[in-house]
Amino acid sequence: MPHPSRRALIGGGAVAAGAATAAYLARPGTPSTAEPAPAEIPAVEPFHGTHQAGIATPPQVHAAFLGFDLRPGIARADLGRLMRLLTDDARRLTAGRTGLADAQPELAGLPARLTVTFGFGPGLFRAAKLEHLRPLADLPAFPVDRLEKRWSGGDLLVQLCADDGVTLAHALRLIVKDARDFATVRWTQRGFRRSAQPQGQTQRNLMGQLDGTVQPADLDRSVWISDGPAWLRGGTLMVLRRIRMDLEKWDAADEGTKEFAMGRRLSTGAPLTGTREHDEPDLTKTAATGFTVIDDIAHIRLAKAADPALRMLRRGYNYDETVSPDGVTDSGLIFACYQADLARQFVPVQRRLAASDLLNDWTTPIGSAVFALPPGCAEDGWIGAGLLA
Amino acid sequence: MPLRLSPAVLALALTLSACGGSDDPAPVKAAPAASTPIASTPIASTPIASTPTLAAPSLTVTGQWVKTADKGMSAAFGTLVNDTGADITVVAATTPASPMVELHEVLGAGGEMKMQPRKGGFTVPAHGRLELKPGGLHIMLMNVTEPIEPGAEIAFTLKLEDGTTVPFTALGKAFKGGNEKYAPGH
Repeated sequence: MPHPSRRALIGGGAVAAGAATAAYLARPGTPSTAEPAPAEIPAVEPFHGTHQAGIATPPQVHAAFLGFDLRPGIARADLGRLMRLLTDDARRLTAGRTGLADAQPELAGLPARLTVTFGFGPGLFRAAKLEHLRPLADLPAFPVDRLEKRWSGGDLLVQLCADDGVTLAHALRLIVKDARDFATVRWTQRGFRRSAQPQGQTQRNLMGQLDGTVQPADLDRSVWISDGPAWLRGGTLMVLRRIRMDLEKWDAADEGTKEFAMGRRLSTGAPLTGTREHDEPDLTKTAATGFTVIDDIAHIRLAKAADPALRMLRRGYNYDETVSPDGVTDSGLIFACYQADLARQFVPVQRRLAASDLLNDWTTPIGSAVFALPPGCAEDGWIGAGLLA
Repeated sequence: MPLRLSPAVLALALTLSACGGSDDPAPVKAAPAASTPIASTPIASTPIASTPTLAAPSLTVTGQWVKTADKGMSAAFGTLVNDTGADITVVAATTPASPMVELHEVLGAGGEMKMQPRKGGFTVPAHGRLELKPGGLHIMLMNVTEPIEPGAEIAFTLKLEDGTTVPFTALGKAFKGGNEKYAPGH
């Protein structure tokens, strides 16, 4: 395989990444004309900028989400030192450079579109004595939730994504080694997506569904925060939910039942009232029976945002952990969504889904956490400086 | 301090003398150099005497960090980059974090690694770099008085042989390696 120079990759990266982002967020009416050939996929995702990378970035194949609890006594000045360290690691590793004190510098040369994204949970604001600047409302309890502490909460989020598993493991370890003087690891959630599908194509979850078809058209309205406390402008709010899938029960359902519950075809992802994935669902169309084709409590009807500007950006990853002795997998979805306003975007949709979504027969939220993701930083800055400096 | 010219600069000198129309036999030898990219770089149009890369001080430090420590010994690492056409020698280093600082090297001795002050300091070759890393050359903090915390920004100053100084700031990093025994007086 020809090996372009790193400089060339960095130089071309921004343009290529822009095109790829457009494809990832392609909506009906704005079809991506050509899928980029693998050679054109940038190996470097720019770390610096108005927004943190890893949000609008076309999803990489591998992800690890780390939730940390701050150690007792950690205060604002300590958090500043922590974020300087972690930002330094992130900016070096995402560029394919070795980290400082990197004990495995041999592993740094293949950035593989690595992104490292940081988020602050409620406990961080308490520790920093900055609760008045905390944007997060706690999520309400949803009746379907069966939340486990080992997958929930957290004071600090580090989200790592890369197209290469070794790159990801190296970055994760450097980050954890720098964080552990300040925090303990509360949970680790690893996920993956299809590697052999064109960028921009909606991925499939482990139930076989196309997952993430409807995305916001305008990230400046739907995802990036533009008002409120200055430190968060250009940032966003993230909800991370671990959703367990009962695949044994799903197997037992026939195809018609599955499609009825979702409101979409499994094969194409098209709404039951259309023929292609991005066809607009006709929620009023009735069948010969007199009932609507897309059921009153089908997933896509309940999940539909009242206003397109209120759509959240979804960037989920599949998980598939240990298989039981009886051969039952522990499978599900790490549902990661990003939005400017939790109360107007995530919460009303989740209330509707929790109340009656047909898919609830097969899916159970077992983890939940919310984080404020600060804006990006410049080459001489660090993530979170606007809050913690 | 001897001024050592790199082969590129030498070739350039020969090329320039060729342009000067001297009947020195050297132009014959220099002819191949004239057709190389060296002759067409901006440097070629600048008289050697005023080439800024020779006049500007300049040692830079990149990738610098210092091992965290509550007290006692610690060490700083990084890469010293010399963009000039002459060797540069670092003869001393100072930091508020430790009243005593030495420039060290690590040597294998009797089955274990030992470190000791490096005679003559650290010499960074012209247009070259010198890496300070655990298990190799390093700036040794002999007596850390205030804890060096992870993520702290610690000020250092390098003193060069010609008396000039180069300041830099190193990031405190927790690190398990680089625990050689100190062997003073070796």
